[in-house]
Amino acid sequence: MEKEACTFSYCTKPEIIQVDTDLLIVGGGMSACGAAFEAVRWADAIEKAGKGKIKITLVDKAAMDRSGAVAMGLSAINTYMGENDPAAYVKYVRDDLMGIIREDLVYDLGRHVDDSVEEFEDWGLPIWKKDEGGHTLDGAQGAPKLSAGGKPVRSGKWQIMINGESYKVLVAEAAKKALGMDNIYERVFIVKYLLDEKVPNRIAAAVGFSVRENKVYIFKANVILSGCGGAVNVFRPRSVGEGQGRAWYPVWNSGSGYALGIQVGAELTMMENRFVPARFKDGYGPVGAWFLFFKAKATNAAGEDYCVGENFEATKKLYSPYAEKMGTAIRNHMMMMDMKAGKGPILMNTHHAMAELAKTMDAKQIKHLEAEAWEDFLDMCIGQAGVWAGMNIEPDKTPSEIMPTEPYLLGSHAGCAGFWVSGPEDLGAPAEWNWGYNRMSTVNGLFMMGDICGASGHKFSSGSHAEGRIAAKAGLAFILDNKDFKPTVTKSPDELAGELYMPFEVYEKHKTYSTAPEVNPNYIKPKMVQMRLQKISDEYFGGIATWYMTSKTMLDKGLELLQMLKEDAEKTGAKDLHELMRAWENYHRIWSVEAHARHILFREESRYPGYYYRGDYLAIDDKNWKCFVNSKYDPKTGDWKCFKKDYVQLVAD
Amino acid sequence: MPSFVIAEKCDGCKAQDKTACQYICPNNLMTLNRDLMKAYNQEPEQCWECYNCVKICPQQAMEVRGYADFVPLGGNVIPLRGSDSIMWTVKFRNGKLKRYKFPIRTTPEGSVDPYAGKPEAKLDGLRKPGFFTHQGAGKTMPTIKK
Ligand SMILES: Cc1cc2nc3c(=O)[nH]c(=O)nc-3n(C[C@H](O)[C@H](O)[C@H](O)COP(=O)(O)OP(=O)(O)OC[C@H]3O[C@@H](n4cnc5c(N)ncnc54)[C@H](O)[C@@H]3O)c2cc1C
Ligand code: SF4
Ligand code: SF4
Repeated sequence: MEKEACTFSYCTKPEIIQVDTDLLIVGGGMSACGAAFEAVRWADAIEKAGKGKIKITLVDKAAMDRSGAVAMGLSAINTYMGENDPAAYVKYVRDDLMGIIREDLVYDLGRHVDDSVEEFEDWGLPIWKKDEGGHTLDGAQGAPKLSAGGKPVRSGKWQIMINGESYKVLVAEAAKKALGMDNIYERVFIVKYLLDEKVPNRIAAAVGFSVRENKVYIFKANVILSGCGGAVNVFRPRSVGEGQGRAWYPVWNSGSGYALGIQVGAELTMMENRFVPARFKDGYGPVGAWFLFFKAKATNAAGEDYCVGENFEATKKLYSPYAEKMGTAIRNHMMMMDMKAGKGPILMNTHHAMAELAKTMDAKQIKHLEAEAWEDFLDMCIGQAGVWAGMNIEPDKTPSEIMPTEPYLLGSHAGCAGFWVSGPEDLGAPAEWNWGYNRMSTVNGLFMMGDICGASGHKFSSGSHAEGRIAAKAGLAFILDNKDFKPTVTKSPDELAGELYMPFEVYEKHKTYSTAPEVNPNYIKPKMVQMRLQKISDEYFGGIATWYMTSKTMLDKGLELLQMLKEDAEKTGAKDLHELMRAWENYHRIWSVEAHARHILFREESRYPGYYYRGDYLAIDDKNWKCFVNSKYDPKTGDWKCFKKDYVQLVAD
Repeated sequence: MPSFVIAEKCDGCKAQDKTACQYICPNNLMTLNRDLMKAYNQEPEQCWECYNCVKICPQQAMEVRGYADFVPLGGNVIPLRGSDSIMWTVKFRNGKLKRYKFPIRTTPEGSVDPYAGKPEAKLDGLRKPGFFTHQGAGKTMPTIKK
């Protein structure tokens, strides 16, 4: 098919704004806010020491107050060490992620993270405490702060409870104050990163457009800290009507984080990993507090525990010694065995849990307990409260269905898909795991944080904030070492703007050919790109359609269809700025899925049962595959390469 | 719809260049119809029901109607967000009501001073583990014991 080009013959040419900066933070979520907070403090010290003024700029596709995965709020902070040793945290993450993680990165995160949590409390986040009698106080009842020895309410070994409706507002407030609004661009969607024209393998710029005005932005920078989240709506969701917005992962994290880095050649790791959370059915409300805090049990419809007996024995045969660790993937797997055997629906027995707790409580305490249960939803998944209200479900009276969701790609929750980065130097990791700057990718000057920093899951909100801070410090060190670097890009501003506005040009050029603009043989609308992508992933790469099952033959076929979709996506037609954003979001989704499928194809085993299965290699094969799978896209040749990297254990069992 | 705007209550944020709901929606869904001067959700199937538009609307013109794919009609969940707490009213399909109030922050809105009482960064710590806060408090970072 003929290639389209944008010369602004049909669409309006945007104003082009060039911003020169030293440190560019892409994203405005937890990791980006952490990066801003830490970076400004060090930049001040650098300036005071007479080593020059460092300009820091942040760009977010949304409003920082409510952008990213924490937009709605959260009811728990899932990573807080407190009395625990970071080495124990490494063991827990390793067990949950089926044995293969970057222990240097995870340990490093563990030893840093608590400080971020203590900052949040200073900024005004209410953190639940235990009083002297062991009773729960909400976060506004004036108990001593964590930093002054206050005892948090643990819902699990690593989790603490919060009143987190305004969690993101507070974290953003601190970041915005630190940076100053003059240095922040909201509602600017980054479409691509650019490599330097002169220095090989060196980041030079990010280009994007305003989703509100006809403006294209070219940010030239010495260092880019990338923190724009994982990928959602890449597989066909279980709800395909208006409920497709109720994905578990926030609908606005559309794989930009992966696509931006992949296309400039940054090395990926563990992209075969995905996350399939088991959540309350349809509303996808959190189950963590129900399991950990209220001690509820999940059973099949007959009231039987699906993680014991025959199921467990069969699971051990394929997945020992990981089955015994009972990680998230393994529990999913056993739940699915019962579902496939027709023993569903699977139920979270909230009513039994409440009855059990009520045995030792008075009426007032029970009322408080009920409020806590609702707060878990109202703070972080209000839609689930809506499902319960609509279905007349009261948790103390009726159990609720749980169900595995469609797959998502992410690396900071119970998943680890992301980029291969340089780690800390002082933790005894192999020398080739660090190349000087913590969290720098294999592209010089490009750093990864939060959901897209790979092989190091279970950072969660606090850990992502801390990781942004770690990356920011290293980024500044890189700037000091590369002070004379002047980024130059190959393409002219007009050419770049033309690339970004192509979906406008295509649409305006062809829209009058048919009488209804939605159906036109000359272009494809963003919504249909998304539909086709979801259908391919679902049916060939192990989505819900096949109970997460795929194989070499299916992956090969799916990748062939994906290639055609990628070509067609270059003919996406967009009628307004909102659709232009959707067009590029979906392009980013395609790249994320392509990397995911290529990794699954390369790893000839089923490392993550309950997340996905290779039907042709159904077991875990530690002998051949207890290693990282990494990959690299070559932006010059367009070739992908997948390869193994040794796993090294740093923390003893 | 999921979020929707009650026509009678919306005043288009009094024709300011940016309406509150448009400003806040993380998925860029809220749009102002300039002819009617009323806002609407332009892509309801991309709404996360995060309620940020509902919480911010100065006219309380916004609500959420559960996803029609799976939520029976009749229930609703309505927030009233103040400066230090939020009140929730949950109405069940059968008419039953529940009300909850939770704190949202312990400091006045807009009062965060990120570096108040914090040490300055000391440049010789830039290439060592530990944040400026750790280093300022004289904390050394642990390492993996062999
Ligand atoms: C449903 C859910 C529940 C969770 N529950 C908990 C919990 O209870 N406790 C806990 O501690 N953690 C929890 N987490 C984890 C936590 O939210 C994440 O670990 C954290 O937000 C990841 O930080 P991040 O910076 O990588 O991404 P995010 O915080 O998601 O930020 C991504 C940012 O990138 C921006 N962006 C995306 N694309 C572009 C682009 N192209 N151009 C410009 N900007 C862009 C977005 O607007 C956003 O600002 C939960 C996560 C989810 C999804
Ligand atoms: S915030 Fe409320 S009043 Fe303002 S435009 Fe939106 S719906 Fe209308
Ligand atoms: S509920 Fe959230 S996603 Fe939906 S329109 Fe409102 S702000 Fe946007």
